[in-house]
Amino acid sequence: MALTREDVKKVALLSRLELTDEEVDVQTKPLNDLLQQFEALLALDVTGVEPTSHSMPVVNVFRQDEIKPSLTRDQVLANAPEARDGCFVVPKIIAE
Amino acid sequence: MSDLTTLTALECSRKLVSKEISSRELTEAALNRIEAVDGKVRAFLTVTPERALAAADRVDAKRASGEPLSPLAGVPIALKDNMCTPGVRTTAGSKILGNFVPPYSATVVSKLEQAGLIIVGKTNLDEFAMGSSTENSGFHTSRNPWDLDRVPGGSSGGSAAAVAALEVPVSLGSDTGGSIRQPASLCGIVGMKPTYGRVSRYGLIAYASSLDQIGPMGRTVLDCALTLNAIAGHDTMDSTSTEVATEDFSAGCGKSIAGLRIGVPKEYFGQGVTPDVAAAVQAAIAKYTELGAIVEECSLPNTEYALASYYIIAPAECSSNLARFDGVKYGHRTNELAGHIGLTEKTRDEGFGAEVKQRIMIGTYALSAGYYDAYYKRAQQVRTLIRRDFDTAFERFDVLITPTSPGTAFKIGEKADPLEMKLADVCTIPINMAGLPAISIPCGFAEGLPIGLQLITRPYAETKLFNAAHAYEQATQWGQKFAPLT
Repeated sequence: MALTREDVKKVALLSRLELTDEEVDVQTKPLNDLLQQFEALLALDVTGVEPTSHSMPVVNVFRQDEIKPSLTRDQVLANAPEARDGCFVVPKIIAE
Repeated sequence: MSDLTTLTALECSRKLVSKEISSRELTEAALNRIEAVDGKVRAFLTVTPERALAAADRVDAKRASGEPLSPLAGVPIALKDNMCTPGVRTTAGSKILGNFVPPYSATVVSKLEQAGLIIVGKTNLDEFAMGSSTENSGFHTSRNPWDLDRVPGGSSGGSAAAVAALEVPVSLGSDTGGSIRQPASLCGIVGMKPTYGRVSRYGLIAYASSLDQIGPMGRTVLDCALTLNAIAGHDTMDSTSTEVATEDFSAGCGKSIAGLRIGVPKEYFGQGVTPDVAAAVQAAIAKYTELGAIVEECSLPNTEYALASYYIIAPAECSSNLARFDGVKYGHRTNELAGHIGLTEKTRDEGFGAEVKQRIMIGTYALSAGYYDAYYKRAQQVRTLIRRDFDTAFERFDVLITPTSPGTAFKIGEKADPLEMKLADVCTIPINMAGLPAISIPCGFAEGLPIGLQLITRPYAETKLFNAAHAYEQATQWGQKFAPLT
């Protein structure tokens, strides 16, 4: 099963990537090459095999809900593309 | 070339302790070497001379006043540029983080600073650690000090090249599918991936969280063990960091390996391994027998499925991890006015390179409705099979031996096909899938290019791994040759 250009555009939208037409062309082959690699897995019998999400046993870690020192607001905003009055600024998305 | 730059970290430490040299002298020697050769090697993205010299002076002052210091205090080190250094630009090799200055410190950075190591700069990598050559870096391609027309490997290619070019005695890399071991192999140095969870990932810019692990790179096994001593340990800031106690990982170095049970998994000698690499690894295996190890062939039957399942799991995790880059809180933002979704889409299209986009998309696809069971869940089931293969092998063996990389350093531009590039990690990927510790050490040359040997052991047995690697290193001279860089 191969991805078409339209499929690639759909996955790009889900991935929040606005690809140019040229990029769609460039990406289609490597994506299909990978999907073809995955075919081998589909032939493997994994009935009853538990999935592994982490190689080592990990469990949820809890701590007391205590107030601890954290970054200041200025530090947090220092890397923002745009900030004003202690807030992140984003372009207006609702029309007047 | 200043003599100081040829010293190992351990030799530096001894001369510092005996006050034969100062940390300032060592740091200046490293900075001068970087100044002299990095125009060719291009290992670094950022060099921090003032910071480094100030840190060196602090260590020298402490030593002069008789304060107790850690073994590697005063020794220069370089960090892969995906570890957050407060006040120093940290890019992950991506344009999307081109101006990112972290407001906080990665745990490894705090630990190195506490131990008095001198951070001289941040090294180049494939964007977000996705690649095997540094050619995917958003900034430039680093060069292999053994042949400047060839890649240093990746993704920790800058950290490997910096050590091989004698710019620093040790560095840190991160390894998700081979990103420490493969460049170590291609640059003729030692690179070690600890057990998953040994070293805190807090402040490591994430690629695939269930696979990523930070580890040491150096010119000797002992230097890597001592560097791991400085960075390992449980961290409350990383819920996946292990509570298994740390130890002196260098404690086994120098001890005999007589009776060590070594397995040679036969599946690792197909997989596109070149005759030169196979011959060098076979010779190394013979050397181990000579040293008293008991060597037997074994099988890890699910090895052939590791690459495909990795390229579902790692991209699935990366598609989630990289969703945070939206042009709002930090990083690049498009200048085009494009509405809500458009702002995110354009920002990401401008900020990410082709390989990163490809992995985000394949991961998104594998996790999307209708494909989750067929791809993601199945890949996780295969991961269980791969882990079981290793469990079974470690019932009989202490250590497994394989090539690190199927070939030696390739030419820049040679592997233009993304799939061919991915095959460069075929011998290292299964180890990350199982979370195991592994090390690459030099074991020969082919046409002047280094070859690496990979040793793998069971979880938390790093001391045993260093013991086995050190015994071979001391019995051979491969690691003592310097890259012919002038």
